Amino acid sequence: MAKTIEEINEKIKKGNVVVFTAEEIIGVVKEKGLKKAAEEVDVVTTGTFGPMCSSGIYFNIGHTTPRIKLGGGKAYVNDVPAYAAYAAVDLFLGATATPDNDPRNRNHPGDFNYGGGHVIEELVAGKDVKLEVSAYGTDCYPRKKLETWINIKDLNEAVLFNVRNSYQNYNVAVNLSSKTIYTYMGILKPDAGNATYCSAGQLSPLLNDPFYKTIGIGSKIFLGGGIGYVAWHGTQHNPNVLRGENGVPRRGSGTLAVIGDLKQMKPQWLVGTSFMGYGTTLTVGIGVPIPILTEEILKYTTVTDEEIYAGIIDYSDAYPNMKSSVVGEVNYAQLKTGKITINGKKVPTSSFSSYSKAVEIASTLKDWIKTGKFELTKPVASLPGVESGYAFKPLKERPVNGKV
Amino acid sequence: MISHKIVLHFPTRIVNKPIVSKLIRDYDLEFNILKAQIIPDAEGLMVLELKGKQEEYDRGIKYLKDSGVIIDALSQNVLRNEQRCTHCGACVTICPTGAFELNTTTRKISFIDKKCIACGLCLKGCPPRAMEVRF
Repeated sequence: MAKTIEEINEKIKKGNVVVFTAEEIIGVVKEKGLKKAAEEVDVVTTGTFGPMCSSGIYFNIGHTTPRIKLGGGKAYVNDVPAYAAYAAVDLFLGATATPDNDPRNRNHPGDFNYGGGHVIEELVAGKDVKLEVSAYGTDCYPRKKLETWINIKDLNEAVLFNVRNSYQNYNVAVNLSSKTIYTYMGILKPDAGNATYCSAGQLSPLLNDPFYKTIGIGSKIFLGGGIGYVAWHGTQHNPNVLRGENGVPRRGSGTLAVIGDLKQMKPQWLVGTSFMGYGTTLTVGIGVPIPILTEEILKYTTVTDEEIYAGIIDYSDAYPNMKSSVVGEVNYAQLKTGKITINGKKVPTSSFSSYSKAVEIASTLKDWIKTGKFELTKPVASLPGVESGYAFKPLKERPVNGKV
Repeated sequence: MISHKIVLHFPTRIVNKPIVSKLIRDYDLEFNILKAQIIPDAEGLMVLELKGKQEEYDRGIKYLKDSGVIIDALSQNVLRNEQRCTHCGACVTICPTGAFELNTTTRKISFIDKKCIACGLCLKGCPPRAMEVRF
């Protein structure tokens, strides 16, 4: 008996919708059986809270007197370079931008204490940030310099637009060399001294909808503490990776591009983040509701950490040198025990994705739905699936002027 | 009564001298050795927690310095900013003394101040920079 999103939304309006988080649903289906649970359950909520580097904001500061054209000029927000290549007073600021010549970053491994991600967090928190601009004066936009405090309240638009978020699974990182290395998967100790991972596992949005049957363009989501939407597939979206028999990818696979009004988001769900020796980024909270339209869709949401496998990659050699070799595979239940075995050696594990925060997001979204505050949307288009043949390619370098 | 954790560096020439035992015997101080790395013919490192009256403590520190011990980070305390901590768990494998413990049920991280030897690795290893040091 297939349900529709319209029917589910009617139940949300009436206040009798049945919702569970992706963690709770595992027990519910075990108890009731798939068929009965599929009839009763309307929505399963997912969540994730981890560093997501391809994140940023675009915003409109409003016109000055006389007018100034930021586009084509140079702009800095709290000394972090913003991208001034849109129209007159539109700017883009990315999470990984760092101040030019920051002395704290100069010697490897740099501190990277402050960057775009931190500016975004401060803006969302309602703090004043400093905007400094130098522009090309024109007849219609004569002003050449601007230095002012700005606040999110005063911006016309402030939009979070993250072009790659919510990775469907990811690598487990180790360091097989004899020197400590500093990566976006953290500080990796020599001789497989530690292993790091970054996924919400059984709570993760795309791992609960592995073939993108419900999540698509236009899906309404929890984003940064407020409402957002899936805008497109994310960069490096790669549906055709090794998958288990359960359909769940065993390597980093699908991704989402998400968008939302920054003004209704909260700083505890958009956290400026630093990776020593690597750079800055933004930790983003995302929650996606999965409408239980069929038994099959429900089955996918019952995936457990034990059933999700990831590849262990050596970040000292294989990763930087684009080698496809994998040290081994391990599942998220094993990773979460705190120790995994690599080549007979017991290796302690650390996560970068906060599972407790993912639980909080899935629970919050469940609450919003139960109290009628959040209705689901039907996607207007699907994400490229396995059948589309969509693939993530490396760069085919073609030297300019015959030089490498 | 005051309690401080201090890091002592013993240059090679004094590594073999019974400085710490004299400190405990001659000055009315309680001690807890948090870490000791004394290798013969090499520099020695010790992290001590010393408890006692301020006066005795000050006299004890003076004795150490006069004996040639280099005292690092006096009263250095590593604290966690609970508002910033996101319980991601990155700290767990960075800390050399296991001062960060993961609760396998709640998946939240506890910071066990008692185990901390103020090495400072977590300060830069924590992605949201939730760890702070206070002198």
